Amino acid sequence: MDGALVANQGYLLTVLTFFPLLGTFALLLLKGDDHVWIRRLTLVTSIIEFILSLLLLRGFDISTGSYQLQEIYDWIPSLHIHYHMGIDGISLFLVILTTFLTPLAVLCSWNSIHEHVKEFFAMLLVLEMGMVGVFCSLDLFLFFLFWEVMLIPMYFLIGIWGHGRKIYAALKFILYTMLGSILMLVAILWLSRVSGTFDLVAIQSMLSSGQISLSWHTELLMFLAFMLAFAIKVPLFPLHTWLPDAHTEAPTAGSVILAGVLLKMGTYGMLRFCLPLFPEAAHRAAPVIAVLAIIGIVYAALVAMVQHDLKRLVAYTSVSHLGFVVLGIFVFNPVAMEGAIYQMLNHGVSTGMLFLVCGMLYDRRHTYEIKEFGGLLKPMPILCAFFLFACLSSLALPMLNGFIGEFMILIGVFDSHHFAWASWAATGAILSAVYLLWAYQRVAMEKVTVEKNEKLPDATPRERLILIVASLVILFMGIFSPMFTHRMDATTTALLQQVSNKGGYQVGALRSRPAPHASAVASSAHELALRSVSLERQARP
Amino acid sequence: MFILDHLWIIMALPLAGSMLTLLAGRHWPKKLVNLSSVGFPVLAFIAYLELAREFFALSSTQIPWIKDYFTWMTAGNFRVDFALQIDQLTIVMLGVVTFVGMLIHIYSIGYMAHEEGYYRFFAEMNLFMFFMLTLVMSANLVLLFVGWEGVGLCSYLLISFFFTKHSAASAGKKAFITTRIGDFGFTIGILMAFWLFKAVDYKSMFAAVNHMGIESMHHWGYLTVICLLLLAGAVGKSAQLPLYVWLPDAMEGPTPVSALIHAATMVTAGVYMVARMNPLFSRAPAAMLFVAIIGAVTALYAATIGLAQSDIKKVLAYSTISQLGYMFLACGVGAYAAGIFHLMTHAFFKALLFLCAGSVIHAMGGEQDMFKMGGLRKKIPWTYGTMLVATLAISGAPLFAGFFSKDEILFDAYSGTNSNFLLYALGMAGALLTACYMFRLIFLTFHREPRFDEHHVHVHESPKVMLVPLVILAIMSVIGGWFVLPTYWGGKDYFKGFLDPVFGGSEALAQQLHPGWHEPPHGLEYEMTTIAVIVAFIGFLIALYLYILKPAAAKKLADSTKPIYTLIWNKYYVDELYGAVIIGPLIWLSRNVLWKVIDTGLIDGTVNGLAFLSRGVGGGVRHIQSGNTRSYATWVVVGAIAVTVFFVWMVH
Repeated sequence: MDGALVANQGYLLTVLTFFPLLGTFALLLLKGDDHVWIRRLTLVTSIIEFILSLLLLRGFDISTGSYQLQEIYDWIPSLHIHYHMGIDGISLFLVILTTFLTPLAVLCSWNSIHEHVKEFFAMLLVLEMGMVGVFCSLDLFLFFLFWEVMLIPMYFLIGIWGHGRKIYAALKFILYTMLGSILMLVAILWLSRVSGTFDLVAIQSMLSSGQISLSWHTELLMFLAFMLAFAIKVPLFPLHTWLPDAHTEAPTAGSVILAGVLLKMGTYGMLRFCLPLFPEAAHRAAPVIAVLAIIGIVYAALVAMVQHDLKRLVAYTSVSHLGFVVLGIFVFNPVAMEGAIYQMLNHGVSTGMLFLVCGMLYDRRHTYEIKEFGGLLKPMPILCAFFLFACLSSLALPMLNGFIGEFMILIGVFDSHHFAWASWAATGAILSAVYLLWAYQRVAMEKVTVEKNEKLPDATPRERLILIVASLVILFMGIFSPMFTHRMDATTTALLQQVSNKGGYQVGALRSRPAPHASAVASSAHELALRSVSLERQARP
Repeated sequence: MFILDHLWIIMALPLAGSMLTLLAGRHWPKKLVNLSSVGFPVLAFIAYLELAREFFALSSTQIPWIKDYFTWMTAGNFRVDFALQIDQLTIVMLGVVTFVGMLIHIYSIGYMAHEEGYYRFFAEMNLFMFFMLTLVMSANLVLLFVGWEGVGLCSYLLISFFFTKHSAASAGKKAFITTRIGDFGFTIGILMAFWLFKAVDYKSMFAAVNHMGIESMHHWGYLTVICLLLLAGAVGKSAQLPLYVWLPDAMEGPTPVSALIHAATMVTAGVYMVARMNPLFSRAPAAMLFVAIIGAVTALYAATIGLAQSDIKKVLAYSTISQLGYMFLACGVGAYAAGIFHLMTHAFFKALLFLCAGSVIHAMGGEQDMFKMGGLRKKIPWTYGTMLVATLAISGAPLFAGFFSKDEILFDAYSGTNSNFLLYALGMAGALLTACYMFRLIFLTFHREPRFDEHHVHVHESPKVMLVPLVILAIMSVIGGWFVLPTYWGGKDYFKGFLDPVFGGSEALAQQLHPGWHEPPHGLEYEMTTIAVIVAFIGFLIALYLYILKPAAAKKLADSTKPIYTLIWNKYYVDELYGAVIIGPLIWLSRNVLWKVIDTGLIDGTVNGLAFLSRGVGGGVRHIQSGNTRSYATWVVVGAIAVTVFFVWMVH
């Protein structure tokens, strides 16, 4: 069975994408008040899905940078729409991240969802289908379809099972995202008009071989249209204000998925579409985007520092951390790019774990207000220990996952001669220690100030299981990073080549590495490269 | 060759202890916790002894002995291995860490016996040992950084060990964040080192740097910048000006923690790093000068604060900052071996001082204010005796360990290749104050009549498990400096000779840089030593006069120099200054400008304004907000139809 699944032209990706839907149908057959079996069924479905996704690692060929496990069928021939699935080194682990976080999301909602239980878990599985679909589709139409499909369950998760101003938050989430998506849709339609197909691989090869060429203005507009959709999703400063609201009001499972996977769709989209399709525009926009990313890193960290709502604080940290990822992508350096992809995974697990802890605190006290806590280490030492562990992972302590991603991004940025960018971004490391340790102090340390907190129960076995699994993954990713990054090597190399081929931008020269004693020569080479860039600009009509 | 072939064992031992104690210690009886958490450091020390034995059998071509285990990070041309390295410098550092660490663990059995969270304490101490060993055994800068941050984490955990106290929780956080500010520079230094050398492991870095010339004092090159950035990290970790503020607060932690982490090992990591990077520093004279200035100024500055503290541990904390300053001064004038030598002797006598202070606090039932002590000499004689030895050692009494190492530093500052009279004078003034504040501590604590209520406080000598480490450390505080004894009759400096493979290149380079420099005439060291001893003795006499002979004079002196005294008493208001200039404004800015004005007001206001506007234009949109599932479904269908219509239109 395994052979047929993982071979090229096999059907593993289809199975992976639609298996959760199968679970959803099975759920619908159950009685609505049979909560126990609803939960069990969802959990089993999501765990099987996770195990299935591990098969990807077996079928994945480390040596090639092209798409693998491809499946391609005609879908709507008259519109040249294909059912085209495939993964590469970028999407491989994002799929696994999705299938890994879903069972955790199911487990953490075990006792905290009381209304419309069946609908809740059904939504969660539909959401999983949408997310896996987004990462696997290689057809623009298919991609857009999954992209939109995924929004609906998320919208309901926030709107129905959220708390506080949930309708406001859900609406804000959907409107923000829709605004970006609509422009992206226009760009997709335009691209397909020009190329006559929706197939990403086909369009990509047409563009790079010069079969179709976009005028500079078109390319820029298309780039921006895609970029806006993804920048909102990431979210890139200053498009981030939907995020704190959405997170704060969402149920824990929603936050975990939102932070863990949905935000990655933005950075994934940049890697998958913005860079290879519009390399020239990407290069020209890179300084602006990188600066916005750095502003995001520092700004969001400072705002996170003064939050008095724990969940909102964690939400802002996401903006800060994702800034690192965007920065890593837009310096076009192999180390930074792999760091960025790795950081996407890290952020998924670490921030996911932080939200899980927030959810566990909420289950006990029904509040996220930091001043309602304090001294929790006394009544619940185990939960607080895991909380600290998640904080340490998030503040990039070496030997935990966050450090590797952040450090590789910084190395790459610096190695591309962007000294100032690297330095500004590195201040994020100081600030993350400030906001996380300060929050930890106010939540877990000192004396118990609220009487109710004195007898709070410590982590239950179910909660411990969730936290232990997340911690082990964090530790594993912090020590054995080559197991992940090796599988990204070929893809990032291919992608960077694709990006640097186009447009006479001498990315190679920009990255040229000087011999230590010849740094003067190197800096003049750098200048030369810059000059050729500006000449290039002038030469363009 | 067993340990040399399996270097990881030395690190794995304390890690195993830590994990065992952490996971199972909660349910264990105390004896078992002791066995596991003290046993593993003892085993680590034994492993170290075996390692040293094997190391001395190696031929010089086999050193540095590098063991590469697995690749930790790799992408593009960037690669960091999990690789360990043993050379002469590592051997010295490992010896200090495992030996002092082991003794402090043993001491802690007695000291922590009645504390809640006994197992947690030991688990974190073991973990600290693991990271500290990683730090000194690493073969590249990034793995060193792992240990560097790891010890910072353990320091954080252990300072806030009594987490219910606000001051302890805040102190831990402050320590972590302040060192992180230095680490910001350190990180960028590593980035830049990789950019320049295309490698982060010592071997390749030093091979590459060998082809580089010495940078000029006035036109800074890349090496100078890298060294200054690395120095920033060292300044944070080793509590030098201007980032020293966390160390005095760190005294909130249990006393064994102060002894191990904040005196003997972790805080010396900065010195170790600078010494380790000596091929870089010695090619960047401007950075060297910076190191020396920071060291000398800190040495004197912290000593002045030490004069006017009332908390026994705070005096020792400022004393540590001051002594670390001497080590930086040594590195800055190119006397790396002297710096490492002082690092070692300091580890002995400062750990001893802290452990004695712990014993005093233990005896006094938790009291730390020296003005509420006095007359303890007869009641806790062992503690008194060992503490006196340590005090003599730190003050530089002849034949005690600190005498040799401090003397060597001052001698090199005066007559070495990078000698500088001003720096020497600062160091000498610091030495005077050192003797003064240390004997002030001794006199206030142990001499004259008791200033506490003897009916309430039952002073008692500590148990044997605490006294044995004190005695061993006291012996080391005496004989620990005898390596250099033969130089006094024209013999060899064994310590320097041992470290020569590591530092020899830099010394040769320094001589090349100063062609006019001559080896100081034999006999100069006698004069210098005599001066140093006299200066220290004056310091002792001042303390004797103020605190024993004429106790009233101390108060009178304080009154007559009121402004200066208040300034020093309040530690020059540096904490207040940082609070008012950096922390306060940053929080105010973040809260009132970034969050409330920009985020909520400007960005979100615009978005909501737009939404409100569109709502006003199309009143029907109100239905979207109904929260009714059915109506949402309708909208989805409507949208789907719209898209389909668009497609059909497009195709035709």
